[in-house]
Amino acid sequence: MARLTKIKTRKRGDTTEILALVNHPMETGRRKNKKTKQKVPAHYIQKMTFELNGKVVAEASLGPAVSKNPLTAVTVKGAKTGDKVKVSWTDNKGESGGATGAV
Amino acid sequence: MKRRTFMKGSLAGSVLAVAAGSGLLKPTDVLAAGWPKGAFDAQSEADMLSSLYGSSSASASGKIRIKAPIQAENGRVVPVKVQASLANVESIAVAVAKNPRPLATSVNLSGGATGYYSTRIKMGKTSKVTAYVKAGGKLHTASKTVKVTVGGCGG
Repeated sequence: MARLTKIKTRKRGDTTEILALVNHPMETGRRKNKKTKQKVPAHYIQKMTFELNGKVVAEASLGPAVSKNPLTAVTVKGAKTGDKVKVSWTDNKGESGGATGAV
Repeated sequence: MKRRTFMKGSLAGSVLAVAAGSGLLKPTDVLAAGWPKGAFDAQSEADMLSSLYGSSSASASGKIRIKAPIQAENGRVVPVKVQASLANVESIAVAVAKNPRPLATSVNLSGGATGYYSTRIKMGKTSKVTAYVKAGGKLHTASKTVKVTVGGCGG
C-alpha cells in the first residue's frame, strides 16, 4: 500500500531545512484493540534516509516511540535552489516509500 | 551489570564495542546499513548508549538546545527539536527516560548536514527528554523535562 510521503524545504540564509512527513500509523505493539483485547501488532518506520543531490546527508533510525504520521526534519548547509532532495523510508514490515523534490 | 550489557549487545554490539575501543572504526559505520535493534530494545539509557555509541559516558554540554514544550497537552505528539552548535556533529539521539524503551529516535548526519534534528515523539508520562549528540568522537548531552498530562503510550 502506498503511503503518502510529503517533503518540504525551507531556506534560511545558508542553511536549508528538509522536512519529511509520512502518512504512517507507527504502532508500538503495546496498544490493545478495545473490542478484541488483542494487541495491535507493531508497525513503525525504522529507517529514513535524507539525500541531497544523490548524496546521503542524514540517516535516521526511528523507534516505536515516534509519533504517528512522523514529521522529521534535518538541516543542510549550502544547498542551492533547484538541488534535488530525496527522502526514503522503510518500516518493520518491509514496506517502503519516499518522495523526491527540489529545494 | 557490565556482563549483562555485554551479553545483551550480542555479536553486533560486541563488534561495535571492540571497534570503538580500538578507535579503528566509528560505531556508526558498523551499523550503517542496519537498524540498531539493540539500542531500541535497551531498557535503560546506559544500555542504550553503549549499544548505540559503544560508550555510556556523556558530558553535559551547554551547546545543545532542546526545543520542546514544558507541558505537553498530548503525550502522543510531543514535538522535539535538537539544535547542537558543536563542530562535526556525527549523530543525534533522543531518549525519553520514563518510556518503556528510552530510545525514541536517532539520526546519523553526514555530508552537509548541520547539527539539527526535529521530530515528534510519544511520551507515556512526565519525563526527562535527553538529547545525546556525538560530535568529534565525543558524546555530549543535554536534557529537558516535559510534563505530560495525558499518556501517549499504550492508552
